[in-house]
Amino acid sequence: MSKSINRITSTAVPVNIENVDTDQIIPARFLKATSRDGFGKNLFRDWRYENDDEAKPKAGFPLNDARFKGNILVAAKNFGCGSSREHAAWAIKDAGFDVVVSSFFADIFKNNALNNFLLPVTVSDAFLQEIFVAIENDPNSEFQVDLPSQTISIAATGASEQFDINPYKKTCLLNGYDDIDFLLSITEDIKKFEAQNA
Amino acid sequence: MAKTLFEKIWDRHVVKTIEGGPAVLYIDKHLIHEVTSPQAFAGLNKRGIKVFRPQQVVATADHNVPTLNQHLPIKEELSRLQVEALKKNCAEHGIELYGLGHPFQGIVHVIGPELGFTQPGMTIVCGDSHTSTHGAFGSIAFGIGTSEVEMVMATQCLLQSKPKLMRINIDGELKAGVVSKDIVLYILAQISASGATGYAVEFAGSAIRALSMEGRMTICNMSIEMGARCGMIAPDQTTFDYMEGRKFAPQGEEWNKKLAYWKTLVSDEAAVFDKEYHFKAADIEPMITYGTNPGMGIGVSGHVPALNEIDEKEKPSFEKSLEYMGLQPGAAIKGKKVDYVFIGSCTNSRIEDLRMVASFVKGKQKAGHVEVWVVPGSKQVEKQAIEEGIDKIFEAAGFQLRQPGCSACLGMNEDKIPAGKYCISTSNRNFEGRQGPNARTFLASPLTAALAAITGEVGDVREHYN
Repeated sequence: MSKSINRITSTAVPVNIENVDTDQIIPARFLKATSRDGFGKNLFRDWRYENDDEAKPKAGFPLNDARFKGNILVAAKNFGCGSSREHAAWAIKDAGFDVVVSSFFADIFKNNALNNFLLPVTVSDAFLQEIFVAIENDPNSEFQVDLPSQTISIAATGASEQFDINPYKKTCLLNGYDDIDFLLSITEDIKKFEAQNA
Repeated sequence: MAKTLFEKIWDRHVVKTIEGGPAVLYIDKHLIHEVTSPQAFAGLNKRGIKVFRPQQVVATADHNVPTLNQHLPIKEELSRLQVEALKKNCAEHGIELYGLGHPFQGIVHVIGPELGFTQPGMTIVCGDSHTSTHGAFGSIAFGIGTSEVEMVMATQCLLQSKPKLMRINIDGELKAGVVSKDIVLYILAQISASGATGYAVEFAGSAIRALSMEGRMTICNMSIEMGARCGMIAPDQTTFDYMEGRKFAPQGEEWNKKLAYWKTLVSDEAAVFDKEYHFKAADIEPMITYGTNPGMGIGVSGHVPALNEIDEKEKPSFEKSLEYMGLQPGAAIKGKKVDYVFIGSCTNSRIEDLRMVASFVKGKQKAGHVEVWVVPGSKQVEKQAIEEGIDKIFEAAGFQLRQPGCSACLGMNEDKIPAGKYCISTSNRNFEGRQGPNARTFLASPLTAALAAITGEVGDVREHYN
């Protein structure tokens, strides 16, 4: 797993479905593992295979379509709603994605993604449509996600848009810092807080 | 300055604020279970550190447990290993575990409140999105991912950005046969499954005040289905009466001191919310979902939206959803045959839910073709149900009273709904495959589920109250 993100230029895989919940990203029956590895092969399991059978991929699903590849996943609005399972972020990252683009992310998923160096990029509805159209016109269409300048651009049209990210989180992603390292570094402040509020 | 309930609690828990970034928020209580904790413990072990405040953590096994023969070893190997890992991790880190067989075992969001672990004014987290349930006591309670579970274990803190604030008011009296589950499904149908994303939601108004704690928990439980960061209800006499005497509730002088503080936990009159909704309780009818997200709900006397009622952009998702459910646009929902009835989950498995179902089905028989599972939320709920003779009522009706756990809510343990079958469920999610691959879920209240168990189809409970 890459532990920092800076600039990514890649083709993208489109999942043009709204309200993709984390049960679709990784169904509960695959949450029995005690490690963080290996969830990628079950990403979108029930949308990908007929009757849970890997020998029967569903033809229409983009992850089964050889035309679509790259490390950017593009999805319609309200991506990652439902369960708090971080396994959803692990599965996407493990399947080789570093960026997820949508017009709207569910809260818990967004935090989980950021904690796993999977960059959630929120774009306007209109820009999201432009991305889907670009992929439809040419699956080899490239996109650039530039974290330092917080921009995402479509190579084919030259269109670009700025995206928001919390400055603290941006620093973490650029440098590979974990929240937990930061929190452990302020243990004395936490103890002082506890003493004052006992 | 006037403050909301949320702000009063939030402000007291900020350890420090990072310049231009999130706040370091102190967490009072941490609930853990077998599914989302093993990787967090592994993280601590890798760093060679112990849980920072083990006495502020409570663990139980709920998601992965069978609901029959709990005295036997868990058959499914991976489930068993996960439950065993929890036991080992809790022992190594000095955490109290209410595991299988323990008289306090149960669904994490049922046992927290019933043990008095959940209290007003607290910050409470758990690696489970339905942690919002605990907000019913006037606390800030929210679900977190496993990396965050590790952070709380390591430091009892999280980095959090302050959400926007929303208040949803429900005023007036509910009609007979309409219960708290219908209120929350109604709100979801009004504001959608993403209508509260980015917000902390306070539920208020006379219809909310009139609810029991169980009813309030059902509403806060499903606030995550609107996308809310958390849901909360200001504590009042109903809250204090529920809490007094519970195992971990404060006692004696400490109780009085806490009570005085808890009574200050209300949104000030002049407090400002970023968004506010007002609904009338009288407009709410028994609700049911027809689609594959909890915002796709209608009154039971209504019909599935027709295609011309759906926004052009939403049509592909809507049609995908109906295809999965095997329903037609514009179709009536009443009279739709069901195969399974599931009464349980952290939404509706408390003693009041079981009593509600029992009083409705007493002396009646389930429909021949229907399988009915009633899964109590905890060992204590199960015990209480047996003491009250509710088990006998269910047995006579042909219902199966099973043992505590998350059961058929999430298609993870042995309890799954077969492909293509319809289940009317008191749980919280009707996502594709949620109750098992290709299972079809109708979300409804315990009363509407009980009626379906008896008649074998979706019906209107109000007809039985007139």
